Amino acid sequence: MSPEWKKGSAELLLLSLIESVPRHGYEIGKLIEQRSQGALRFHAASLYPLLYRLEKRGWVQGKWVEKAGQRRRRYYNLTAQGRKVLAAQRKGWESFVLAISRVTGAENA
Amino acid sequence: MPEWKELIRRQLAELHLTPEREAEIAEELAQHAEDRYKELKLSGVSDAEALRLTLNEVLDEKAMASGLRDVERTDVPEPVVLGAGARGHFLSGVGQDLRYGIRTLRQNVGFSALAILALALGIGANTAIFSVVNGVLLQPLAYPDSTRLVNIYETGPDFSRGSVAYPNYLDWRRENHSFSEMGAYRSDDFNLTGSGRPEQVSGGYVTASLLPALGVKPLLGHSFRPEDDRQGTGCTVMLSYSFWQGRFGAERNILGKTLTLNARNCVVIGVLPASFQFSQTAQVYLPIEQLASATLRTRDSHPGLRVVGRLRPAVNIQSARGEMEAIAKALAQQYPATNALNSAAVVPMKDDTVGNVRPVLLLLVGAVTFVLIIACANVANLLLARSTARKREFAIRAALGAEGWRVVRQLLTESVLLSLGGAAVGLPLAKWGTTLLLAAAPGNLPRSGEVGIDMYVLLFTLIVSLVTGILCGLAPALHIAKINPQESLKEGTRGAGGGRHRIEGIFVALETCLAVILLAGSALMIQSVWRLWQVNPGFTVSNILTMQVAVSPKVMASPLGIRTALQQLVQRVEMLPGVQAAALTSLLPLGESDSEIAFWLGNGPQPAPEQMKSVVFYVVSPDYPAVMQIPLLRGRVLTEHDDLSSTPVALIDDVMARQIFPGVDPIGRQITLIALGTVQIVGVVGHVKQWGLDSDDRNKIRSQVYFPLLQVPDKFMSDGVTSLTLMLRSKGEPLSFLPSVRAAVAGPTDDQPVYAVRAMKDVIAGSLAGRRFMMLVLIVFASVALLLAAVGIYGVMSYAVTRRTNELGVRSALGASHWQIVGLVLRQGMGLAGVGLIVGLTASVMLTRFMGSLLYGVGAGDPLTLLAVTLVLGVVAMLACVLPARRATAVDPVIALRSE
Repeated sequence: MSPEWKKGSAELLLLSLIESVPRHGYEIGKLIEQRSQGALRFHAASLYPLLYRLEKRGWVQGKWVEKAGQRRRRYYNLTAQGRKVLAAQRKGWESFVLAISRVTGAENA
Repeated sequence: MPEWKELIRRQLAELHLTPEREAEIAEELAQHAEDRYKELKLSGVSDAEALRLTLNEVLDEKAMASGLRDVERTDVPEPVVLGAGARGHFLSGVGQDLRYGIRTLRQNVGFSALAILALALGIGANTAIFSVVNGVLLQPLAYPDSTRLVNIYETGPDFSRGSVAYPNYLDWRRENHSFSEMGAYRSDDFNLTGSGRPEQVSGGYVTASLLPALGVKPLLGHSFRPEDDRQGTGCTVMLSYSFWQGRFGAERNILGKTLTLNARNCVVIGVLPASFQFSQTAQVYLPIEQLASATLRTRDSHPGLRVVGRLRPAVNIQSARGEMEAIAKALAQQYPATNALNSAAVVPMKDDTVGNVRPVLLLLVGAVTFVLIIACANVANLLLARSTARKREFAIRAALGAEGWRVVRQLLTESVLLSLGGAAVGLPLAKWGTTLLLAAAPGNLPRSGEVGIDMYVLLFTLIVSLVTGILCGLAPALHIAKINPQESLKEGTRGAGGGRHRIEGIFVALETCLAVILLAGSALMIQSVWRLWQVNPGFTVSNILTMQVAVSPKVMASPLGIRTALQQLVQRVEMLPGVQAAALTSLLPLGESDSEIAFWLGNGPQPAPEQMKSVVFYVVSPDYPAVMQIPLLRGRVLTEHDDLSSTPVALIDDVMARQIFPGVDPIGRQITLIALGTVQIVGVVGHVKQWGLDSDDRNKIRSQVYFPLLQVPDKFMSDGVTSLTLMLRSKGEPLSFLPSVRAAVAGPTDDQPVYAVRAMKDVIAGSLAGRRFMMLVLIVFASVALLLAAVGIYGVMSYAVTRRTNELGVRSALGASHWQIVGLVLRQGMGLAGVGLIVGLTASVMLTRFMGSLLYGVGAGDPLTLLAVTLVLGVVAMLACVLPARRATAVDPVIALRSE
């Protein structure tokens, strides 16, 4: 998939993945790859700067969590503000997709 | 496995992040790299290939660096440790201090509650006393521009602030140029009839100029006009706010209605505002010219007239005083017979109103400040004990770069939080305490209606609690600031810290010392009141009932009618079962009023004023000495035959016999009473302490003359009976006779009310009310002080025992007996208390001198009092030490030594 597509949707992807459960960076990257069946891939070099940016905006919050027998990992969860942003972006994305499909689908009908 | 973290850190170096942030990012990315590496290996990729791929993905140099640069460049490091950042901004981080302080205090609820309670007691008591001081002493009087108001008195050889003769007042008002207005007031009681039961209402006669002088406007209607205040015009009346509310249900159309007062119909022309407190008791006000009394027209009678003036804007009190003295001098020349020795005194109204209570209130302020200091010392000790336990916390902070003053500020924030908590709890306490104070205060506390918690009181409480908080926290804070962090970290949680124990000891000694002063003060008051109760007033106090009576308005017109009504009234009361004797008097001993008369020896014409003397003057019915059980020393008592048809007679007391007739028998001698005429002395009775149990001996006028009621000339009859007091001696509790006495006084026409009913013992108690009040307040303060001091001693001693557990264990292992261990603890505790006691006793000898006039029969350095204080304090201090001492004996040597 072209990098432009990815850039516009990256924030939405990250935010929706940690909507219900806090996750660490590796897990987020893995899930994007799995759920998109390999179509989308984020390397650490772009994933982490994006996470830090979202954290700085106050949309996500990272926390060091220690689990028995493991090294500590940084888990990210959605802040209240992040939740609002996610809802807005999701709505925007849906109407964008709908608009696109109306335009592109109309020719084929 | 590769050292991911090192590799990553090297890449991040060029971003110049803070070390903390760099470490954090490196850790997170290293974790990611490790995960990826493991995964690749699990999928069967070779070691070398896995390493290459991971490095490619995670450590994609350019991508990572540029991605992070945007995000991280502007990052401001968070302060890692409280107190490390924000150098130089004194106020920065106050919010943080507050949050941290609240959290700390909440972690230790027991400690916080104890400290807040102690401070609440101190701050609450201070607020209560201040609200009284504020209302009574500090706030201006409730009149517009009240600092220009003055009271003006007549002065004479026997009195420095006497009431004014009405003709003199009229001349003063006409002649002066210093006052924009001058007015006069005389309190009086009125018999209100015509609507249900007859009722006695208190009130006053005022000049039409009084309300304008005070600057008071009526709430309803209008003030008296000059034409209302003229002889022979119809009677008008103004009502006090409370009377209008209580008696007439705040009826708006009260104006124009008629009240029957002393059998005269008076038209209501106005209602005064609630704030008008010129007289605390008056319910009705009448124009003074309605007072149809001969005493109002002569310059030699001073019928309780109180004169006020409002200074003109440009006139100061000294020049007004000068002018009034000049006017009085001119009057003295014009009327030498009555005015020769008299002058005028001008006194600021506020000083005059509250001057008497100022020393007492200031004394209370001193006492209550001591209570607060004790509470403060206690809380400081609690904080000190706790700060030792927190030494590690502060040492860690200091090691992490917190500056000393930040730690001091944190501790002060906590102690100020505590004192604000104390204020919050103390305010309701103060409100309650103020109510109690006013209830216990003598009824004559001026301006007590103006006492309440207002903005000034709240401000005072806020300032006091801030200062208290800082004072409490200062010692522990400075102590902590001095601690060397390295040592305390090494030392662990337990440490000696000799300085702390010295401060604690000083605080305990200080508390003890202040408690001793308060104890001594209250002990002196207890002794004074007790001694006063032992003073013989000159009559038998028990089983006397006193009340004021008024005769039926129907007979007021005829002197004979009045005389008969009074005689029958006394007879009816005397016939009641259980009443041994009854009598009427014009003057109640130890009551609030006074009555004097001038006289000269023999039956010659009136001499110059300086050749006359004044005596205390009683008009009484025959059985008065019998009711009072005043001893007859010579001659005879008065009888029913001493009436207008026989020679005028009088009794004198033994003081007069000694002073006026030294070495001669006064029986049969003649004296002439001004306005009443010549009387023959027929008997000498014992002296009665008219002026008070304590101050009678010091009064200038002590000689007493008793004049028979039945010999009062007709022209004075209607004046004389407006306030007569009925006294009766009963078998058993006097107040239980009230219903039957009330009925007997009311008489067949049922229009003679009784009022101001009191047992004689309550009259005496009333005369001691001021002292008793001071005694009660000091006892309360001293008890609180003692309790706090005991808690202080207990706290320090229990801590000392805990600290010395090892030592005590060693001692008992070496064979020390329980008693020796107890002795050891007691010696330390009692040593502290002893220092406080000695300093306190010395200070109390010096300070209780300020109680001066409140003390009676006991001096400031009274040895008995000091001994009693020493005993009380010794016992309390001992009790406070015993518990810790007992714990000390329970130390098991084995356990104590093992902990080493």
